[in-house]
Amino acid sequence: MQALIEIDRLNLFYGTFHALKNISMKIPEKAITAFIGPSGCGKSTLLRTLNRMNDMIPGTQIDGTVSIAGADIYGKDIDVETLRKKVGMVFQQPNPFPKSIYDNVAYGPRLHGITSRQKLDEIVENSLRGAALWNEVKDHLKRSAFSLSGGQQQRLCIARALAVEPDILLMDEATSALDPISTLKIEELAQELKERYTIVMVTHNMHQAARVSNQTVFFLNGEVVEYSETEKLFSNPEDQRTEDYISGRFG
Amino acid sequence: MNPVKKDQAAGNRRLRFPKHIREEWYGRVYAYFCVTLLIVTIVSIVWFIASKGLNPFLSGAVSVPELLFGRTWSPESEPPLFGALPFLAGSISVSLLAAVLAAPFGFCAAVFMTQIAPKVGRRFLQPAIELLAGIPSVVYGFVGLSVIVPFLRNNFTGQGFGILAGTLVLSVMILPTITSIATDALSNLQAGLKEGSFALGATRWQTIYRLILPTTFPSLLTGVVLGISRAFGEALAVQMVIGNAPHVPRSLLESAATLTSIITLEMGNTVGGSLHNNVLWSLALILLIMTFLFVFTVRMLERRAGR
Ligand SMILES: Nc1ncnc2c1ncn2[C@@H]1O[C@H](COP(=O)(O)OP(=O)(O)OP(=O)(O)O)[C@@H](O)[C@H]1O
Ligand SMILES: [Mg+2]
Repeated sequence: MQALIEIDRLNLFYGTFHALKNISMKIPEKAITAFIGPSGCGKSTLLRTLNRMNDMIPGTQIDGTVSIAGADIYGKDIDVETLRKKVGMVFQQPNPFPKSIYDNVAYGPRLHGITSRQKLDEIVENSLRGAALWNEVKDHLKRSAFSLSGGQQQRLCIARALAVEPDILLMDEATSALDPISTLKIEELAQELKERYTIVMVTHNMHQAARVSNQTVFFLNGEVVEYSETEKLFSNPEDQRTEDYISGRFG
Repeated sequence: MNPVKKDQAAGNRRLRFPKHIREEWYGRVYAYFCVTLLIVTIVSIVWFIASKGLNPFLSGAVSVPELLFGRTWSPESEPPLFGALPFLAGSISVSLLAAVLAAPFGFCAAVFMTQIAPKVGRRFLQPAIELLAGIPSVVYGFVGLSVIVPFLRNNFTGQGFGILAGTLVLSVMILPTITSIATDALSNLQAGLKEGSFALGATRWQTIYRLILPTTFPSLLTGVVLGISRAFGEALAVQMVIGNAPHVPRSLLESAATLTSIITLEMGNTVGGSLHNNVLWSLALILLIMTFLFVFTVRMLERRAGR
């Protein structure tokens, strides 16, 4: 499998705090890569370097390179908005906009200049289908997004991200605020989406990582401890610390 | 168990009402007393204004349409004419124009303080705006009289007094109201909303005008309505710059008058119980009704914003 994202000797500082330490890894295309590790080890931080959401946090310093499809995303000629269009993100808490379901999904395409009603209708339908939400909402697209359940809201956020046709989808604990059934739906959805998208997900749920991902990365204190095929990492970890973590012996 | 505590417990049992229940009871009585006093005050003010203000209509001296649509105000003529249209027109036009002028500035200041430069905003702009809110209206009027009126007189036709001068003074006066409510609304935005927009590739400006402004719109409108309401009720500063001529203004530079300015001007020259005095109370009643309408509107907007 081809690597889509290449991270090379990446270091990130929040002020003086060294949050990511010398991280190098290759994330393959059209597969699910899971980040696991104890709270505060830097999973979200690394995820957010991939769409440059850390730019907005004052005092953040980065060195090393992150390239996507061969282009250094921290390079001078990179347009952050274009990058974020290509690298979608779903957050831990569902964060639909206080607009209708339709307008939530159409928000992204409209930003990027699509105004034709017909085209928007098409995108909205496809994205909602892609996020496995269409059948539940097709009859009331004009209703407020807040009228949906938490799990539906999260799928709406996925649809919203899909609507701008990203290549990569970042999911930061996207199911941690949801009930088991909604979680399962989103996991199934991720399985479908990986046919077309490269997915990187952060999860605290070891079973989830084991169930859905192809690769798993285990982090500790800002460092990568182990990175391998999910099956191998869970059945036969190389590092003692990985083994301790996945067997719940520390955390 | 500590013997002293035991004693106390026994003592309280003898009293039947333990201390905390008594305290609760005192608190309740005190709170009810205050609330009753408050309600009595409000009701009696409304009652007083209404009974005086309705008098001219009930006695048949003036009819409601005459008051609301009459263009001539000459209490001294024979028979006296009480047409309040000039004041209504004056009040409404100064307040609305002031809001139209102040709202964009207020919104921009709020966006700047919350979205663009929160540090500078909180350090300098916020205190400046709070200061603006604390300046007494007579000072505004004085500044208007000695700066704005001469400026208008020298650069445009007329004496400088009029709707435009009143609008300019009022817009500065209501700027703090609009700005602080807008700032609150913008800084209470739900967490993650902006990030969601940025993550889709929106620029900061796109996020502001496509997401933040529409989301906070009812709250922004609340600020504007409160601003209009303040402008509508402001008497002194307006009276000092508007010229106080009781006719319907044809231009922004022509001398005019408002409901409040005419009340403050003429109240002292009338005898209590006379028709002229009572008609001034009718004007006060109109102000009161307008205030109710504003409060009602704000309530509705808030309910909408809360959803
Ligand atoms: N904006 C920030 N400013 C300063 N330090 C930060 C900031 N955000 C995160 N950190 C620190 O960086 C480290 C990594 O944080 P990060 O959010 O990436 O952890 P995480 O692995 O996602 O944890 P969790 O599983 O709890 O979400 C933590 O020690 C955190 O305190
Ligand atoms: Mg995190």
